[in-house]
Amino acid sequence: MTDAATLFGLLAAALVGIGLYALIVNPQPLRKIVAFNVVGNGVFMLFGAIAHRGAGSGWGGDPVPQALLITGLVVAFPASALAIALLLRLHDVAGSATLATDAPAPVSPDGKAADA
Amino acid sequence: MPPMTTTPGGLLLVLAVLVPFVGVLAAFALGGRNAQRVAMGTMLAGLGIAIAVAAAVARSGDALVYLLGGWGVPLGIALRADGLAVVMILAVAVVIVGIGAYARADFGTPPGVREARAPLVFWTLLLAIWGSLNLVFVSGDLFTLYVALELLTFAAVPLVSLDGRAETLRAALRYLLYALLGSILYLLGTVLLYGVYGTLDIALLAARVQPEPATLAAAALMTAGLLAKTALFPLHLWLPPAHAGAPPAASAVLSGLVIKGSWFLVVRLWFDVFPDVVTAPSAQLLAGLGAAAILVGNVVALRQARLKLMVAYSTVAQIGYLFLMFPLALDPASARLEGGGALAGGMMHAVSHATAKAAMFMAAGVIYAALGHDRIAGLAGIGRVLPVSVLAFTLGGVSLIGLPPSGGFLAKWLLLAAAVATGQWWWAAVMLVGGLLTAGYVFLVLARALASGAEAPALRAPIPRSQEAVALALALGSMLLGLVAFTGVHLLGIGR
Repeated sequence: MTDAATLFGLLAAALVGIGLYALIVNPQPLRKIVAFNVVGNGVFMLFGAIAHRGAGSGWGGDPVPQALLITGLVVAFPASALAIALLLRLHDVAGSATLATDAPAPVSPDGKAADA
Repeated sequence: MPPMTTTPGGLLLVLAVLVPFVGVLAAFALGGRNAQRVAMGTMLAGLGIAIAVAAAVARSGDALVYLLGGWGVPLGIALRADGLAVVMILAVAVVIVGIGAYARADFGTPPGVREARAPLVFWTLLLAIWGSLNLVFVSGDLFTLYVALELLTFAAVPLVSLDGRAETLRAALRYLLYALLGSILYLLGTVLLYGVYGTLDIALLAARVQPEPATLAAAALMTAGLLAKTALFPLHLWLPPAHAGAPPAASAVLSGLVIKGSWFLVVRLWFDVFPDVVTAPSAQLLAGLGAAAILVGNVVALRQARLKLMVAYSTVAQIGYLFLMFPLALDPASARLEGGGALAGGMMHAVSHATAKAAMFMAAGVIYAALGHDRIAGLAGIGRVLPVSVLAFTLGGVSLIGLPPSGGFLAKWLLLAAAVATGQWWWAAVMLVGGLLTAGYVFLVLARALASGAEAPALRAPIPRSQEAVALALALGSMLLGLVAFTGVHLLGIGR
């Protein structure tokens, strides 16, 4: 039998795995941002599992990971917001929202092609 | 270990972090032309604080410590500045002030306008990068380091796309995605460590860590995440478009300083948290990636047609040198990372690259502004019209190549000595080949710039002499950095 903390830890690991896979294989930036949030949720869930496991007697959970979790959320939110803002601006300016450099650069075709 | 207490002068560490951020808020609140004035004032104050921190550490011969709110570790959070942190704080302060002086000509608010977007953003983010870097250097616990790292990313990414073109927006977004992947992996490792050891304080963790699966997984996750942020080969793909597309002053900050933040964190982790846990093969792997970065980065730099892209690929290569020190610092007898000559060499390389690369990007920026392009093939005769910039570029390049008495020479000397002492000749070979390749692209530019038969090109725009002077001053600083071998290297070992 597994206890709740172990179960949540395993689920967290699964979320991280799914998110990392999506982050790496999906070429669209929006999907990458969503995938980053999936990984982030996995990490935050792990925070919760560890807080639960480390609870002292009479406590619902170890308060330190809970405090870290809240800070982590506060940091992850502007990260996603900044990424979305950049993506929206890119869509406004370029008319598409892909990371692929479609047109070859005017001055140095070989230098740019290596980055694509 | 005795319990840590706040040392005299510990408050300086708080100021080193807080003053730039107060500057950020003031610059943003006052806006317009005042943002630049605030930035200038903050830079003077920050430089003074950096010098005071260095003086305090050198005088006491021990690390400065400040316990936030007077709460002791592990309940509270400690700021701590040892020799490594002090050297980085000083180097960053000098380079930031140089970049500020250079950027005055590019990021002044135009007359008749109350507020322009690019100058406001540039000056506030420059200060934000400075505060975040100082926080990275003095943080004593892994979670504060995570927050510092994220602040650094958020401040650095918008600098890439200051001009708002699709190309630079794309580069900024790609940079941000790499950075987010890196920071979430770092955070995952941090959680694992807390779960196993119940603390995130670096000194406490170092005493508790054992080579068990969770620790190794955490170390691997954190290192991999930081490598993505540092742009070590093969995670470097975001760097060249981001660093080459940014305005020259921003490129100098990003290439000279920002990547050193996440690299410094790798050093902290490996030397201060996991010195007993890291294995010889993992150190060899890190240096192997560094060697690949040196070879690939330099060869691709040689093939670039544009000056700024060439300098950016040169950064990819120079990042490789920063990772060569890990196996060289591994003591064969105790199988433990020892901060000796190899660590000093790595630190020296970081400082020398920060000054040299900032100078080279500044010189490249001047050349771009003067000619309206930066095609290397079109640089013929530029040495006659922009002699100071070409000299700055060359001196920076000479420091990267590692000729005496430059900082690059001292760095490579220390690393080579460590390679010989530990019998790892292959890393010495990589360093020598890398130096030759670096010489190749520096001379490629120099040969064009000094071509005798060529007609001097017409300048498209007048060049502010101050910009050329700042580039030359930083390049000269990098060139003469090797002389600190006689005085300053002992500073690195303080408090370690």
